[in-house]
Amino acid sequence: MADKNLLQAIHDGLAEEMRSDETVMVMGEDVGRAGGVFRVTQGLQEEFGPARVMDTPLAESLIVGSAIGLSVNGMRPVAEIQFADFIPPAFDQIVSEAARFYYRSNGVWNVPITIRAPYGVVPGGALYHSQSVEAYFCNTPGLKVVAPTFPADAKGMIKSAIRDPNPVLFFEHKRTYRLIKEDVPDDDYEVPIGEARVHREGTDLTVVAYGLVLYTALQVAQKISGEHGIEAEVVEPRTLYPLDREKILASAKKTGKVLVASEANLTGSVSGEIAALVAQEAFEWLDGPVMRLGAPDVPAAAFAKPMMDFFAPGAEKIESAMLELARY
Amino acid sequence: MAVEETRARHEALGLDEDDLLRMYRTMLLARRTDERMWILNRQGKAAFVISCQGQEGCQVGGAYNLRPGYDYVYPYYRDFAITTLLGQTPRDHFLSLLGRREDPNSGGRQMPGHFSSRDLNIVTASAPIAVQYPQAVGSALAFKMRGEDGVVLTSGGEASTSEGDWHEAMNFAGIHDLPVVFLIENNAYAISCPEPLQVAGSIARRAEGYGFPGYPVDGNDVLAVYEVAREAVERARRGEGPTLIEARTYRITAHSSDDDDRRYREREEIEEWRLKDPIVRFEKYLMENGVLDEEKKEETEAGIKAEVDEAVEYAEAAPYADPEEALERVYAER
Repeated sequence: MADKNLLQAIHDGLAEEMRSDETVMVMGEDVGRAGGVFRVTQGLQEEFGPARVMDTPLAESLIVGSAIGLSVNGMRPVAEIQFADFIPPAFDQIVSEAARFYYRSNGVWNVPITIRAPYGVVPGGALYHSQSVEAYFCNTPGLKVVAPTFPADAKGMIKSAIRDPNPVLFFEHKRTYRLIKEDVPDDDYEVPIGEARVHREGTDLTVVAYGLVLYTALQVAQKISGEHGIEAEVVEPRTLYPLDREKILASAKKTGKVLVASEANLTGSVSGEIAALVAQEAFEWLDGPVMRLGAPDVPAAAFAKPMMDFFAPGAEKIESAMLELARY
Repeated sequence: MAVEETRARHEALGLDEDDLLRMYRTMLLARRTDERMWILNRQGKAAFVISCQGQEGCQVGGAYNLRPGYDYVYPYYRDFAITTLLGQTPRDHFLSLLGRREDPNSGGRQMPGHFSSRDLNIVTASAPIAVQYPQAVGSALAFKMRGEDGVVLTSGGEASTSEGDWHEAMNFAGIHDLPVVFLIENNAYAISCPEPLQVAGSIARRAEGYGFPGYPVDGNDVLAVYEVAREAVERARRGEGPTLIEARTYRITAHSSDDDDRRYREREEIEEWRLKDPIVRFEKYLMENGVLDEEKKEETEAGIKAEVDEAVEYAEAAPYADPEEALERVYAER
C-alpha cells in the first residue's frame, strides 16, 4: 500500500492491465511521448512502445472509431479524449456505434473499449475545458458510464472497465486528480461497475454526489455533524449509468431525505434521474422533497474566477442545502 | 509498335472459367434477390428495401480477392453482392428483409442491408454514413500490430467521402500504412443529390494527399475492378499500405423503396445506364469468350430462381422473435 492520488491510481491500473494482457493498449492525443496533458499515461510509452501507447491525430471520432475497430479485432483499447469538452465529435462513434454494436448484431459483435475523459470545472478551464457532459451519455443503453472520485476506487474501476466486454466511458474529475490521496493497494483488484459506495453513514439525510462535489459534501458532512449534530449519509454512485438503484434507494429509505448534488447543469442531469428514481420508488419513506443541487443552466464555467466559483456548487451552497433539507 | 495482347482479359488476370462463372452467378444472384425484395415490398410484405442494383460489378470485383472469415469487411448498405460473394445466402437476405428471428445480421432488429456476420468477419453495419471508416482502419491497425497479413475492405458511396470520418480514416491509414482498401462505389446520387453537388475535384485523387495511391476505375466492368482491387489487396497484404478505389457506377433503382426518384432524375438517364449494366456487359464478355452460352445462361437463371423462391418461402414461414426479445442483448456478459 502507498499513498496515491487519482492520477497515479489510474496510471497504475492502466500499467498493470497492459503488463498482464498484451491486447490492452492506450491511444489518444499526446498520450505517448508527453504522457498525457495530465500525465496519467506518463512512462507508459517507454515501457510498452509507441504502438501500444499510440499518439493519434487530433481527431476524436477517429480515436473512438478506430478503438471500436481494434476491439472487434482482438484488442482492448483504452482511448483518451483529452478533455470531456472535446468529446462531441466522437458522439456518433460512442452513442450510435460502440453502444449499439452488441444490440444491433443481436449479441454477436461486442465492443470492449474504455474511453477516458477528464471532466469538471478547473481554474482557467473556462467554457471548453470545464464541462460535465455525462448526462448526454446516460441516456444511452449499451454504454456504461462511470465516474469514480477516490484513487483506490479508480484503480479498481479502470481495471473493471478494461476487462468489461462493453464500452465504458470513464470520467475523471480534473480537480480531484491531485486533490485526494489515499492508500491504494498495489495488488490486482477490481471495483465492480454498477455498484455505488456509501462513504459515510448517517441517519438524518442522504447526499448522493460524485466528483469534486462529493469530496466537498463529505467535508461539509463532518462539519455539520460537529456543529449541528446532523448526521448525513453520503453515497457516491461511482457508476452513473446504469445506476445502482438498490443502494441509492436503501439510503433514501433509511434517512427519508435526499439531496442529489453535482456540478453538471441541473436540467436534464444525472441528478434529475436519481431524484426521479427516489421520488418514484421511495415516496412512502420520504420526509421531505427530493432536492437537487447543480450548476445553473448556463453553458459552462466562465474563465474569470468569480464567475467560475459562482458556477459550481461549493461548500457554502452544499452546506446550506444540507441544512435546509435536514431541518425540513 | 505495341505488342497486341492475344490472350483474353481474364486470362491475363489469371482468372479461369470457374472464377468467371462464380463472379457472374454472384452478380446475378444478388440482382435477382434484390428484384424479389422489391416485389415483396410492393406486395406489402416487406417494410423497406435498399438496393444493390447496378453496383454488382464493382462489388464482386472489389471483394473477390478477400479471404472470407479472415479478412475484415466493413460494407455499406448496398453491398448485397459483396456479402453474397463472402457467403451470405438469399435465405439470409430474405430473413433480414422480413425481420425474422433467424436474420443473421441482427435478429430482426435492423433494416435490411445492415450486414453482420462474425463467421465471415463482416462487422455489424450502421445507418449513419461513413462511421465504418474509422472502425475499419482500427481493425487494420490490429492486424498490423500483430504482424498478421489480414486485410480490411471498407466501402461506401461517393457521399460518404463528404463526411469527416472518411477523411479522418484516410489520414490515419496513410500515417500508419494500414492494410485497408477503401472502395468508393460512386453511383452518382446520394438520394437526390447529384455528384456535382457532392464531390469537389476527384475522389480518387484525394488519396495522393493522404500519401497513398487512388485509382479511378469503371465500376461497371467487373474485371477492371477486380484488377485494381487485386493489386490493392496484395499491396495491403504485403504491408505496403492502403489503397483507394473509386469505382464509377450507377444506382439503377431509387434510393430505397420509400424514395421516388422521378422527382430528381430523368428516365432517359437511367435507360442510358441500363445499357452499361455490369451484368449485361459481363454476359456479353462471357459469351464472346465462349464461357457462357444461351443454354448455360438459362440454366444459371433457373438455378437462381429456384434458390430465390426457396429462400422467400423459407423466410416467409420463419418466425419472428418474441416481442420481449427486444429487451435482450443490450450488454454483453463477462
